[in-house]
Amino acid sequence: MENKTKNRPIAIQLSGVKKMYKLGQIGGGTLTADLQSWWARVRGREDPNTKIGTDQRLIGKTFMALNGIDLTIYKGEALGIIGTNGAGKSTLLKLLSRVTAPTEGEIDINGRITSMLEVGTGFNGEMTGRENVYLNGAILGMTKAEIDAKMDQIIEFSEVGDFIDTPVKRYSSGMYVKLAFSVAAHLDSEIMIMDEVLAVGDMKFQRKCLGRMGDAAGTEGRTVLYVSHNMNTIRQLCTRCVVLNQGKIIYDGDVEEAIGIYMQNEIRDLSKDIDLTSLKHVLKSPDVCMERFTFTNPSGPMLQQRERFSFQIRIRSKCCMNDMRMRGMIFFADDTPVAMATTKLGDMNIVPGSNMFSGEINVSNLAPGAYHVKLALYCTNEYGGEQLFDVIEHAAHFTITDTRVVNGMAWNHPRWGRTSLDDILITGTEYT
Amino acid sequence: MHNQPVDTNNFHTHISAKRKWFELNLKEVWRYRDLIVLFTKRTFAVTYKQTILGPAWIFLNPLISSLIYAFVFGGIAGIGTDGIPSILFYLCSNAVWIFFSTCVTQNATTFTANAAVYGKVYFPRLATPISNVLSSIIQFGIQMVLVLMFMIYYLVKGQVHPNWGAWALIPLVLLHLGMMGLSFGIIISSMTTKYRDLSILVTFGVSLWMYITPIVYPMSSVGDGLMKTIFMINPVTPAVELLRYAVLGQGSVHWGFYGLSCGLTAVLFLFGVMIFNRVEKTFMDTV
Repeated sequence: MENKTKNRPIAIQLSGVKKMYKLGQIGGGTLTADLQSWWARVRGREDPNTKIGTDQRLIGKTFMALNGIDLTIYKGEALGIIGTNGAGKSTLLKLLSRVTAPTEGEIDINGRITSMLEVGTGFNGEMTGRENVYLNGAILGMTKAEIDAKMDQIIEFSEVGDFIDTPVKRYSSGMYVKLAFSVAAHLDSEIMIMDEVLAVGDMKFQRKCLGRMGDAAGTEGRTVLYVSHNMNTIRQLCTRCVVLNQGKIIYDGDVEEAIGIYMQNEIRDLSKDIDLTSLKHVLKSPDVCMERFTFTNPSGPMLQQRERFSFQIRIRSKCCMNDMRMRGMIFFADDTPVAMATTKLGDMNIVPGSNMFSGEINVSNLAPGAYHVKLALYCTNEYGGEQLFDVIEHAAHFTITDTRVVNGMAWNHPRWGRTSLDDILITGTEYT
Repeated sequence: MHNQPVDTNNFHTHISAKRKWFELNLKEVWRYRDLIVLFTKRTFAVTYKQTILGPAWIFLNPLISSLIYAFVFGGIAGIGTDGIPSILFYLCSNAVWIFFSTCVTQNATTFTANAAVYGKVYFPRLATPISNVLSSIIQFGIQMVLVLMFMIYYLVKGQVHPNWGAWALIPLVLLHLGMMGLSFGIIISSMTTKYRDLSILVTFGVSLWMYITPIVYPMSSVGDGLMKTIFMINPVTPAVELLRYAVLGQGSVHWGFYGLSCGLTAVLFLFGVMIFNRVEKTFMDTV
């Protein structure tokens, strides 16, 4: 990487860039809040306006969103920036697009920057599509003459057609986004910054956008900075990739390698042993509560496809209950319910004190992906009614890795759902 | 790029954590002139869309309020207008005051009202206040058309004697008041990113300000001596007086106070740009 790019002109150079956010006194908005904080300090009390959070980057009452970034981006590169939520990706883009200034360090930019942190910035519903193209283009740094020259291209690309002179408040959300994207995509800037804007529009339009972005970086020789959680678009678009973690660059270089590091980093967060008492209980009775959940299968919460997981759960109780049952509701990472399983009546007899149960949940028919389990303890009475004792959302997280990739085809969630049934058995063959 | 070679050195940007105390990048503002024009157009396009009377409101608003002023202050309170037909006097005063007060109140919300756009894309932030002043100037121009229509009527009747020579000073007055309004506005908006309290005061304060400015009464009714001096120190007063002197041929011009007002405007403007520049860099973190 270094050798290839050494002699190319530099598009963006960051040196020692840090961005600090203040916690606590961040503009509560009113003088009263600041006076409260000041008064609390005077009396040596705890600041009532301090926000509570735990993070390694917390230093006193400040938070380092970016903690010393050194990065050189060469002209014509398509750089992907990946990292978990809160790694500092958006802050980095904000600094580069000059929305906010760094606390420390220097940034040098050669060329005009178009930032697409959002499409349709400044769009006004009352104004027509054409008027909005002018306004949005001007906000993004184009002159009227430049927009005039590109107008036909923009309208054609956006597929809005005859609606261009209709107020955009009458547009469908798809049309709105397409028009907005088209403006940004036709800018003559040398550097483009994009933050997951491609996650909009229909599939066909998304492909078109990706193509356009690819052209920008490839044939037109622009510099593209792209932030996304979608590894597929990163793969398609980027020539180099940076992994951010806790405000620092932990990897810079090859795209595939970067994606690997990012995935590992994300999965490492899954814990095998979960202290349920520290989690939020949606509902809790004073008598019975779940204390600890442990994955006891060898791979823990990182399952292979067709694998089932075993667990241990510790329940503390103050009384005897012979008909206790536990329900596990499984949700996909986007919080949509997927499946439910429950224990059999009579399997869980609770005695006062600590109760430890071992069990197994068969998730072998779940599609590859990330899931979480909501646990509920309940009893059913003779009339079929149920009484809930303890409910914990997001109690345990687990992932299922795709091991059955055929022809490089990953599980297509939008088309195939979250259930992967067993292979189809061919039970007979007849040739005529 | 291959079809449009751009010398990237023209667009070198250096961002540093160190801040300059004063930065007025007029070159950059000029580069975004089309944006300023479009912002100005938007103000008009959006205000009168989906109204039956449409742009007629630009006339109706000052006309109705001037009629009410004429009725309340001229009629009920019996405040004289130095022999000027009262409707003309109030129309003219009203136009100036609306110009100044919209400059202040619109710019006072620059940061909070535009947070959504400012948070996503960079352009010289001064573009917004400048376009606000521009749209106020246009609005003033339209109101002056109304003034002129009444003026022709009273000119024919011989009831008004404008100082035609002083009309050349009107742009100066507009620039002066516009800059003053902009300065007050951006100072307030810079200070309200953290404490919103001040923004509540603005509308209220501006409406009170009108009563210590000779808008609904002529300067002559204030009397002479200390009281007059106090009134003239109000930086808006000399400008309003100069404008009415030109348009209506009423009152007199106090160049000393006018100079003082200009000086004050310059100081406010420099201070405003300074504080605005400091705030614009990081206000997204506190807004």
